Amino acid sequence: MKQLFGPPRALQERPTHYCPGCTHGIIHRLIAEVIDELGVQEKTIGIAPVGCSVFAYDYFNVDMQQAAHGRAPAVATGIKRVLPDRVVFAYQGDGDLASIGAAEIIHAASRGEKITVIFVNNTLYGMTGGQMAPTTLLTQKTTTSPLGRKEGQHGFPLKITEMLALAAGAAYVARVSVHNPTHIARTRKSILEAFKTQIAGRGFSIVEVLSTCPTNWGLSPLESLKWLEENMIPFYPLGVLKAPGGEGMK
Amino acid sequence: MGELLLMKGNEAIGEAAIRAGCQAYFAYPITPQNELGEYLARRMPEESRVFLQAESEVAAINMVYGAAGAGARAMTSSSSPGISLKQEGISYIAAAELPCVIVNMVRGGPGLGSIQPAQSDYFQATKGGGHGDYRLIVFGPSTIQELVDLTGLAFELADKYRNPVMILGDGALGQMMEPVEFPAMDEVTLPLKPWATTGMKGRPQNVINSLHLDPEDLDRHNAHLQEKYRAIARQEVRYELENQDADYFLVAYGTTARVARNAMHKAQGEGHRVGLIRPVTLWPFPDAAFAKVLDRARAFLTVEMSAGQMVEDVRLAVNGRAPVHFYGRTGGVIPSQQEIYEALIKIIQGGEKA
Amino acid sequence: MERVVFDEERCKGCELCTAVCPQKIVHMSDRFNSKGYRVATVTDQEMCTSCTLCARTCPDVVISVYR
Repeated sequence: MKQLFGPPRALQERPTHYCPGCTHGIIHRLIAEVIDELGVQEKTIGIAPVGCSVFAYDYFNVDMQQAAHGRAPAVATGIKRVLPDRVVFAYQGDGDLASIGAAEIIHAASRGEKITVIFVNNTLYGMTGGQMAPTTLLTQKTTTSPLGRKEGQHGFPLKITEMLALAAGAAYVARVSVHNPTHIARTRKSILEAFKTQIAGRGFSIVEVLSTCPTNWGLSPLESLKWLEENMIPFYPLGVLKAPGGEGMK
Repeated sequence: MGELLLMKGNEAIGEAAIRAGCQAYFAYPITPQNELGEYLARRMPEESRVFLQAESEVAAINMVYGAAGAGARAMTSSSSPGISLKQEGISYIAAAELPCVIVNMVRGGPGLGSIQPAQSDYFQATKGGGHGDYRLIVFGPSTIQELVDLTGLAFELADKYRNPVMILGDGALGQMMEPVEFPAMDEVTLPLKPWATTGMKGRPQNVINSLHLDPEDLDRHNAHLQEKYRAIARQEVRYELENQDADYFLVAYGTTARVARNAMHKAQGEGHRVGLIRPVTLWPFPDAAFAKVLDRARAFLTVEMSAGQMVEDVRLAVNGRAPVHFYGRTGGVIPSQQEIYEALIKIIQGGEKA
Repeated sequence: MERVVFDEERCKGCELCTAVCPQKIVHMSDRFNSKGYRVATVTDQEMCTSCTLCARTCPDVVISVYR
């Protein structure tokens, strides 16, 4: 019998600390599969953020740096500028990227840094216990918007990926989701395109992945996938916002 | 002997960094250190090295983290308010044991303060600055030539100890011009860094990290850092001691030491036995210089462009064995030779209590 | 030989794999692993088409698929 599917080499064997049903694990595996497919494990440097995925250096089997909260794009810039022939990716959550790290991500995109950012959006701060994030949807309840997010009080959810698509230095910008096998396959394709964009030296690439947080949403893992599909996708539409040689969904 | 060049302090640091093999410099504008970034904006590309103006001081120090973690000799520079912004990154760099050089051309504070020279970031530089138990190696150069020499040494010690090194200058040093001599371009051999994240070709994964969630693990890591700091304190103390046999000692560093030396000469001309202790390393602090003179010293006068910061380390070094006085100006005022001389004479004449 | 192999110690019992199988043969077993999670399983291996959807949906790299 031939193995059709098994663990990618760019992923360590160590089990993750993520909660049951958390889709970080799927996204980690997809990145590792892409690294394997491109044959770049030995020349890839990843950056772990602050948040649930802070331990990403324990899971990816590539060289890793752990960055201060929100600063992963700056750290990635430092690495890529001194090692321009390496593949550099940053893994960031929505609190990390869209809130405290908003300046770093916008300027990395604007400079056209030849790095790849995987932006995992689960609409809240998971590691600290489910606080409101810039990405929290209107009416969504979190521990710091206990009666639901209200625009007058908490402000509106931020579509930062759309903002990044406006940056001239951004070459590949996409929003994908992992709520079913079809979309998991599309996410894999987008991550592959983002890495290829970097390797081809075309500029900054980012893939926003809509993700679940069953624990802080107070839903089962399966209910969480449904919640993502019904609530997140209408506000955060999926698709390729920008790609080298032409824009729009492919 | 190389040729002597007349250069501004800020530009001299830039050229010295290039001679020391600095491969990446990350800038953000702030007065009074802009000439350093402007100089390197021109010179780094000429040498096929990295110059990048970051979007903030915060980003610049984190770019240093990334570049240093990838094995490059990396540097950033700023002045007081900007250095405050860098503290988070400096704490991470110290914790992850990344070698780098940070230049602080100190200006008056607190807050936005002024753009004139000051020494009021001494606490921040020598006591840690950011969160957690850590130390920077801190140099307090007093001439442009010393800026050049210590910039070279800063890169060397940063790599030797895998520790950030700060050059604590001030606005006056950055702006003044003096003749300087540089080491040749090809004098530096860059050390191998097997720990750096360069891609795991032919070896297991490398990780640059400062997270140690297990209390025992973090306790061990801190013990390791403290052991390193003790080794630095044993091996890297640098200072200048003038007139070891004097009765009274001025204590000053950087620009202030230049004026204090003039005050010393004036007092000597009046027949007083006055010496000068000039710390070159502010951390580790040169306790040894004080140990050499404590048997006969009758009093110390610490002079700073601050409200009194280094004077606390002087008191610790003297440990109650002689009175320690302080004279300081703030806000960008450089104490004059006459002011220092008068403060000294008051002490000598017994009119001043410590 | 089995077509779907579960590394049961890695399973967190999230049930995502059970929802995606076109053959409806992935289900939760009565077994618990050492961490206390009820683990997913396939009993009717002959029905498996080796489509890999369960493995691609699993967040914990529990499942390997053979043909």
